[in-house]
Amino acid sequence: MSRTYERGAISPADRKSPRVRFWLGLTQALILAGLLVACLGPLLWLFKAALSSSQEIIADPFGMLFDGEFEFGNLARAWTDVRVGDYLLNTAWVVLGSWAATLITCVTGAYVLSVLRPRWGGLLSAAVLATLFIPNIVSLVPLYLTVLELPGPGWRLLDTYWAVWLPHAASAFLVLIVKRFFDQIPPELYEAARIDGAGPVRVLFSIVLPMSRPILGVVSLLTIVASWKDYLWPLLVLPDPDKQPISVALPKVADSFPLDVQMAALFIAVVIPVGLFLVFQRQFLDSAGSAGALKG
Amino acid sequence: MTATVSAAPPAGAAAPRARPRPPRRGTLRTWVARGGLTKIAFALPLVFVFGYFAWWPIIDGVAMSMQRTNLVDPPEFVGWSNFSYVLSDPLLPKAIGNTLLFAVLALLIGFPAPLLLATFMAELRGTRRLYSVLAYLPVIIPPVVAVLLWKFFYSPEPTGLFNTVLGWFGAGPFGWLNSAGTVLPAIVVEATWAYFGSTTIIYLAALTAVRRELYEAAEIDGAGILRRTWHVTLPQIRGVVLVMALLQIINTMQVFTEPFVFTGGGPNNASTTILLMIYDYAFIEGDYGAATALSVLLALFLGVVSAVYFAATRRLS
Repeated sequence: MSRTYERGAISPADRKSPRVRFWLGLTQALILAGLLVACLGPLLWLFKAALSSSQEIIADPFGMLFDGEFEFGNLARAWTDVRVGDYLLNTAWVVLGSWAATLITCVTGAYVLSVLRPRWGGLLSAAVLATLFIPNIVSLVPLYLTVLELPGPGWRLLDTYWAVWLPHAASAFLVLIVKRFFDQIPPELYEAARIDGAGPVRVLFSIVLPMSRPILGVVSLLTIVASWKDYLWPLLVLPDPDKQPISVALPKVADSFPLDVQMAALFIAVVIPVGLFLVFQRQFLDSAGSAGALKG
Repeated sequence: MTATVSAAPPAGAAAPRARPRPPRRGTLRTWVARGGLTKIAFALPLVFVFGYFAWWPIIDGVAMSMQRTNLVDPPEFVGWSNFSYVLSDPLLPKAIGNTLLFAVLALLIGFPAPLLLATFMAELRGTRRLYSVLAYLPVIIPPVVAVLLWKFFYSPEPTGLFNTVLGWFGAGPFGWLNSAGTVLPAIVVEATWAYFGSTTIIYLAALTAVRRELYEAAEIDGAGILRRTWHVTLPQIRGVVLVMALLQIINTMQVFTEPFVFTGGGPNNASTTILLMIYDYAFIEGDYGAATALSVLLALFLGVVSAVYFAATRRLS
């Protein structure tokens, strides 16, 4: 068979039958309509609400046409009075730091476990793996106390971004998927480099990292999405309102503003992630899919 | 955890064997020359981060469940009293019931939808990306923002979004989040909306790995499209489906953000979950012992559920 074609349960021959085409077309249209209403609908509604007055939102929640004028003042008030801009900046800090901390931990850790392979590597690997089987909830409260006073040096991490960044980096799942990727790099490459006189640092930067861009992309996206969606942990360790990311701050401040300003604030909070997703949709969907494949 | 650490074999101190081995223990200098220090340096970030933020909290969590901790005095061992305190809390049966109901409802509503959707999307040609993007949109939205938005949708006034729709058919208005009967289903519907996209994408990725020849074989045997889906597609992704179902159970049993932001556990504790109780114990009452005791109990329960689940599904397949 020279022509490679993709097929599922429905064969190319089936697709020619009018009956199959009718039902396929109908289901396709119904599901598309359902997805548009359920997934895009709330966002469009939010867009409309963000630019309407409170009375308009309440009086006619389904009025998708703008009667009267655009209330751009909502967005301005959300930005300055609700301080959405500041909170978004905090979110950016949380996300960036978590991303950097996770990447450093995963890459160096996986490099030790997969490439350098010290004699205690198996033990370390097992200890990382073990945390995967213990539900997070066990460590929630002690983790909080650890942040209040780091055992040993006694540092107080509360209200510093370290309190969010470092615990995010302790992800066994991510370390192990990076390790699994490193395991697939042919060891001959390291041998060759070693013979040429490259040290471990050089091997990491010149061979391992350039070959690992796909997995580093997956890890980056998973970390970024997880940290901008996180709520409970930043709520606990960042009690200072000036440091809180938008997810933590919004529920507290929203109620004290009129409905239209609330909706404008929510809209601003949604626009950036949705925009990024639409631009990098292939990467987002691929990383989400491959994460599942590794879980299975 | 502790067992693994203490069971560390005394590396290199192996009993003398008959077979001559290269001198592995060498001097400190040969160890350094072999890159021993570099290896340790590279392991440091992992060991630091996991040590402080994964291993220690797990050990400490188990220890704290049997201690009285108040941040002022040194922790005092109190045996099982935290556990008996938690187990006799009159709110606990209610929280357990709510958490189980949440998990079951989430499974009933949220489990079949992504599977059906992904099975269908795998048959699409050309438009699959559009469907994937649409389904994944809610996953991208921060959960808190989604909850605040849905809070308005669930407004108990006749002008609330859902009440308006029901009003067209002469039904309602319903209290949604304000009435004990509807609050949990309402939260489950929102949570399903927020998470079904990610499960769909995972199933879709698994479905693209289904072997094509089997479809042709089934077709030759005269199986129609639906029977091909039932007998070829689904059995091949059974592994992923079973794991996702278990992960969903584990995650929904630890649900926090949605009930906390929607209702804070109300009305009248109708949406109080186990995690909300743990939060209250620790961060409202400052009773860290009770909080960790309940955490340990929940973790043990989830461990038992996973073990039973794996035993049951192994027999099934």
